[in-house]
Amino acid sequence: MTIDWQHFTPWTSLAGGALLGLATALFVLLNGRIAGISGIIGGLLHPRRGDVDWRVAFVAGLLLAPLAYGLFATFPVASINADTPLLVGAGLLVGFGTRLGAGCTSGHGVCGISRLAPRSIVATLTFMASGFLTVYLTRHVFA
Amino acid sequence: MLTISALFCGLLFGLGLILGGMTNPAKVQAFLDLGGAWDPSLALVMGGAICVASGAFAVAKNRPRSLLGAPMLLPTARDLEPRLILGSVLFGMGWGLAGFCPGPAIVTLGSGAPAAGLFVCAMLVGMLAFEGLEKFLKRAPTSQVPRPHSGAR
Repeated sequence: MTIDWQHFTPWTSLAGGALLGLATALFVLLNGRIAGISGIIGGLLHPRRGDVDWRVAFVAGLLLAPLAYGLFATFPVASINADTPLLVGAGLLVGFGTRLGAGCTSGHGVCGISRLAPRSIVATLTFMASGFLTVYLTRHVFA
Repeated sequence: MLTISALFCGLLFGLGLILGGMTNPAKVQAFLDLGGAWDPSLALVMGGAICVASGAFAVAKNRPRSLLGAPMLLPTARDLEPRLILGSVLFGMGWGLAGFCPGPAIVTLGSGAPAAGLFVCAMLVGMLAFEGLEKFLKRAPTSQVPRPHSGAR
């Protein structure tokens, strides 16, 4: 393994993490809920009375973030390596997998580990390992 | 008020993802690429977030209601079921293939990237497919069991 020092961004990544940690902290203290993105979106697919507004508002906040970021700095380039069929396949896997596994990087990875929830620690280790293996296989074995 | 705070938290969450570099799939894949030139940045995003959030969760778990008076709804499930593992495996595969997880995909969609829109559409279809399967599996066992005879019609 070699570390890519050229692209390693320790300070901005730490600051970005602290900022989204703050958002997660405020969300549980103010709204009493877990800031798990797949769960928030999933709940919109079978809407229940009185349970829609906050979900739409949170997703709207996410969608508006690039606009707000643009007021202070230029939105960083998103370089997407996957072509159309791969994006569709990956999207299906992420959608199905996060609902089956009841969480994603935010719900299990950030909130769950912060709560020291054993389920979330297991889930995070599992999707991390699966991600590492997938990238290893696609880049170094079947490339 | 709960709606406004959700909007604000979503916005702040999105800004954190952008600043942290999570909205660039190539950077996320560089973190997942242990066999290549490894970019450890994403570990610091998660580490930074967990450091800040863990204090709030320690306070939240002892409160019946939030500061705005909403019920405190923290997960209570404790079982390590096969579906938790299987779901996480599938999610990790998709994450590695595209470099997107749900939050950053939504934020990147907000920046107007068509590829993120395509990913989010597929992700919603995947979620709906799960809902459909879950409904089917819940219904299936009962439909196989013969209904008790309700007497003469």
